[in-house]
Amino acid sequence: MKIEFTINGVLQSVEIEDSNTPLLWVVRDVLNLKGTKFGCGKAACGACTLHVDDEAVRSCSYAVKFAEGKQITTIEGLGSPQDPHPVQQAWIEEVVPQCGYCQPGFMMATAALLNKKPNPSDEDIDNNIVNVCRCATYYRMRKAIHRAAELTQETNLKTQENV
Amino acid sequence: MKKSIFLYSLVLILISGAVVASNYGDDVYDSNLIAPIKKSKKDPHENYNKMMDVIMSPRCINCHPNDHVPKQADDGHPHYFGIARGENNHGFQAINCATCHQNTNNDYSGVPGAPEWSLAPAEMFWEGLSRKEIAESMMDPVRNGGRTAEETMHHLTEHELVLWAWQPGIKADGTPREIPPVPLDEYKKAVKAWIANGAVIPEN
Repeated sequence: MKIEFTINGVLQSVEIEDSNTPLLWVVRDVLNLKGTKFGCGKAACGACTLHVDDEAVRSCSYAVKFAEGKQITTIEGLGSPQDPHPVQQAWIEEVVPQCGYCQPGFMMATAALLNKKPNPSDEDIDNNIVNVCRCATYYRMRKAIHRAAELTQETNLKTQENV
Repeated sequence: MKKSIFLYSLVLILISGAVVASNYGDDVYDSNLIAPIKKSKKDPHENYNKMMDVIMSPRCINCHPNDHVPKQADDGHPHYFGIARGENNHGFQAINCATCHQNTNNDYSGVPGAPEWSLAPAEMFWEGLSRKEIAESMMDPVRNGGRTAEETMHHLTEHELVLWAWQPGIKADGTPREIPPVPLDEYKKAVKAWIANGAVIPEN
């Protein structure tokens, strides 16, 4: 069956035999966007987190049929090297990654949190960012999340000044 | 002599008969078997008991927690990752039910799903209650979301999230989840009959 959705601002149409195929597989193997990672395959670790209509979703547990007509954002579409998203910028400033494998999922989860809670407390972070990092970079991630909140506010202020 | 043997035998037969009758009551004795077969007695609370056998199953209790933490699996362990009720029964702002649970079961990941996947509201907690306490809570408008008996019946027999219990999908290891101990059709009939007959909650 044919499924259409917009991913990172580009309309895509994919032909899929099994409409229950995980979105993650389509993103990685059909659309060749390798930033979103396969971790556990059972919606536990969060490495596959991306956004569907601005909501964080575990794409290994999201049937592609549900993506029909939706807006999907992966780590590739969050920002760019020239214009990184505040979360990506904060991750660079705090030198968060160690092995790096789980980091796209953490950054997507953080971006979704900042959309809902622009200035999250430590408790908000504990509640909402439950991905797994086997290098245990949690301490640096917490600092980066707070830094990303600051950068987001600075960006918003600049935007308001320019309006 | 013959007369006394006859009388003695008669008394013995009568006594034996009385003993057998007192021991076995309504039971049927099959001469081909050693043990008697119990004749089924009509359970006056059969509909209630069938309904409660279902409601006490983990497929139902896990989403009616007493501590705002959803439970998982047949052992009712707390939901992994520190997931809790949040402000609207759907979890926290950026990680909620829909982050992982969709409208259908996912056989690739083993994550269950159904329409309106959600915790029951806090006042509808069942975890830790007895059968009688749960039944009372179910029929109490203060604790059942203001439902009438008719609406409660509808929730128990028609709500897609409730009916998911009979099609709970497979676990991440590929094995099927346990379903409630009463077939769906039988359960629906039992609930409807129980409510139609006044929703009587037995003491024990």
